[in-house]
Amino acid sequence: MSSAAQTSPEISQDLLLALAGITKRFGPLIANDAIDLTVHKGEIVALLGENGAGKTTLMNILFGHYVADEGTVTVAARDGNLEQLEPGAPQAALDAGIGMVHQHFTLAENLTGLDNIVLGTEPIFRLRRDRTKARAKLAELMAGSGLNVDLDQPVHKLTVGEKQRVEILKALYRDARLLVLDEPTAVLTPQEADSLFAILRKLAQNGLAVIIIAHKLAEVLAVSHRIAVLRGGKKVGEMMTSDADHRSIAELMVGREVPVSRRVAREPGKPVITLTDITIDRGDSRRSLHGVSIMAREGEILGIAGVSGNGQAALAQLIAGLDKPDQGSVEIFGEKVEKFDAHKFAQNGIARIPEDRHHDGIVGSMTVAENIAIEDVRNAGYQKFGFLDFDAIRKRAEHAIKDYDVRCPGPDAPARLLSGGNIQKLILARVLEKSPKLILANQPSRGLDVGAQSEVHRRLLEARQNGSAVILISEDLDELLTISDQIAVIHAGHVTPAMATDTIDRSELGLMMAGQKKVHHASTNAHSGETA
Amino acid sequence: MIRFEPRTNPGPVLTYGVPVIAAAIAILLAAIPLALADAPIIKAYGLMITGAYGSVFSISEMLTRATPLILTGLAAAIAFRAKLWNIGAEGQLYMGAMAAVAIGSGAIDGPSWVMIPIIMIAGAVAGALMLIGPTLMKTRLGVDEVVTTLLLNFIVLLFVQMMLEGALKDPMSMGWPQSEPIIDSAVFPPLLERMRVHLGLIIALISAIALAIFVKRTVWGFEIRAVGENAAAARFAGISVTKTMILVAALSGGLAGLAGVAEVAGTRGYLATDLSPGYGYAGIVVAMLARLSPVGVIASALFVASVFVGADSMSRAIGVSSYLADLIVAMALLCVLIGGFLTRFTVHFDRKTAG
Repeated sequence: MSSAAQTSPEISQDLLLALAGITKRFGPLIANDAIDLTVHKGEIVALLGENGAGKTTLMNILFGHYVADEGTVTVAARDGNLEQLEPGAPQAALDAGIGMVHQHFTLAENLTGLDNIVLGTEPIFRLRRDRTKARAKLAELMAGSGLNVDLDQPVHKLTVGEKQRVEILKALYRDARLLVLDEPTAVLTPQEADSLFAILRKLAQNGLAVIIIAHKLAEVLAVSHRIAVLRGGKKVGEMMTSDADHRSIAELMVGREVPVSRRVAREPGKPVITLTDITIDRGDSRRSLHGVSIMAREGEILGIAGVSGNGQAALAQLIAGLDKPDQGSVEIFGEKVEKFDAHKFAQNGIARIPEDRHHDGIVGSMTVAENIAIEDVRNAGYQKFGFLDFDAIRKRAEHAIKDYDVRCPGPDAPARLLSGGNIQKLILARVLEKSPKLILANQPSRGLDVGAQSEVHRRLLEARQNGSAVILISEDLDELLTISDQIAVIHAGHVTPAMATDTIDRSELGLMMAGQKKVHHASTNAHSGETA
Repeated sequence: MIRFEPRTNPGPVLTYGVPVIAAAIAILLAAIPLALADAPIIKAYGLMITGAYGSVFSISEMLTRATPLILTGLAAAIAFRAKLWNIGAEGQLYMGAMAAVAIGSGAIDGPSWVMIPIIMIAGAVAGALMLIGPTLMKTRLGVDEVVTTLLLNFIVLLFVQMMLEGALKDPMSMGWPQSEPIIDSAVFPPLLERMRVHLGLIIALISAIALAIFVKRTVWGFEIRAVGENAAAARFAGISVTKTMILVAALSGGLAGLAGVAEVAGTRGYLATDLSPGYGYAGIVVAMLARLSPVGVIASALFVASVFVGADSMSRAIGVSSYLADLIVAMALLCVLIGGFLTRFTVHFDRKTAG
């Protein structure tokens, strides 16, 4: 297999897909530069790369959404002959048996799994629907792969992992022979991810070819047979997974050495924020909290682990000053908060990093400078008699761009032109510049590439070292275990007592995130219950 | 196959050139209905131009028409900037006019420099209140302001009618439903001897420039822009969306109310239910043509007024329906919308190459 991978596509018995010399330009930008990639029957190939490396463009060309400027896509037909795929024709890709599972699922939530799977494959005009054949085929697929899911449940009742299975079944039902998964583990608990990998391996054994687009290295090492790394539109490396190691791949992806962030031991100081018996009931389980008590101290990072949609949004809104509790109290710097007001919170030393940085973090059409100053324009330094002091705003932006390495055309460029990583640096610059006493970081590194992630971690650890309390809400266990001092788990609106990171077992944490295990750990965060 | 790809940063040539080209295309397209009506096309264009620009009188008429359009255009522009879809400028205009008449037709008297500001303030406040209500319903209860502001137009018009038949009726009007005239000291003086163009034009121009500065350079303008472009991010950053919306409502309703004041105190002299031939609605078109830019509103209001006045005079001369003016304005709007799309996207025509 590996020899075929290195050279231009040669006809081999089990070659399924060959991308040869794919080049795609968008104006002056070369998104894909002469990329070769082959996939064989029964093989799992991981396509790795940072944001903007060209992974998505390459897959869009494979699916016929874009037309390559140069190069060819060749697929082995069902009879084994290699045929060139018509460029720019999504239907041709589907007919050739290429299936895609998107990161954001494309399911109709109010229909059942079965409805979703057969949708579009049944004739529109029919008197009676006969789904015995469909059921039989799906039962066979499930039995052969372990993709078990209740197909008669409406999709909105399924867990994220189950929805993903429906997506995979949907592709297989359409006789996919090559399955492309875009960041498949981004929304899964570790256990769900493990079971997904088991299923993929089983499917590969049955002859399915799989491409996984990813940037989490550990997972890629666990599941793939071969790894191809893209950087800046070029394929910079390809290796068998058995020959690869974590560090070398990371460096290939980033193109330089990646600094590893580590906590330096430090005694925590006084409590900065204490939540006592907080209950928020918004009817929606995603936005409710039930009797939550947590505390974060100076110079301490408190990690809140959990699968998204378990009440993190409610917790974050509360600490950001955007919502008030129905019951319970919040004390910040030892004083009970009476008025929950985002402006007041921001002005009183609380740095807030939003979960959805594009949606809540920036105003895209406003300039980089305006976005950096947005929390403070009412302050004396930035306005006189209501008129903005553009010099001061600009000066601050120039400093921030330099100190936080925000890559942008300049302070006057609209913020929407920035990449995700640079938007996050902009937000860090906005909130950390003011040496906050408390930092609320909600999924601060989600969707960022390795380089930007390590930058976020470095900044949070630096703030911790300077005595800030940090509340880190994250789904990424690696992130939580690396930089938090204490970890509490949130599930269905309940938060466990915080546990010291060094005492925590990773798989146990995964079970708690899935709600399958109640904690009986002695709380090391001894004060958490007493401050009421 | 046609594909659209977003443009990262449209340059100033595109931003300012497209509305101008769109307006020109719309005027050229008017040749089609003219030809269908068997009108002499070249002569018709000539008549339109002389109708709007042929003499001091016609220019004065055009500017008189542009005055309320600038104000209602600004009202729509500032509201739409904040994504407050105020379709009720027509009603706000009438409320402003009614407030001006209620105070300025003899209830109090004083010198011009007192009376004119007083009726302006009264009209602006009345217009502002008309929009603050629907805005509060939007922010507090989630009621769609498009529906409430639109329907309020009809309620206001009926209310005006009721008042003109009752409390505000001029006893000297010989039965016509119209108000008592604005007293001399509150009338907007004309800018030129024996012409209709009046002080309202100056007020409209000052309003446009002040609004442009307000939006671009003040803290409140900053917050309006932030809320309009991304309310979620603005709220997260600690900007009060409700307060900002109410400020916008006060500005937008106030400007529409001022348009009503200018019409009663500058042009008509009294209030009647035919005071506005739809200036409130035309203001939406003016604002869209101007791409919601306050200074741009001046240019687009002048364009729309020229088309109306020019087409009016042309239709009288050669017997083509004056609805042609509405047609040109509507086509200009469509051209601007298409042009706006083309500034944001580039179009690619792919030749499909098989294999």
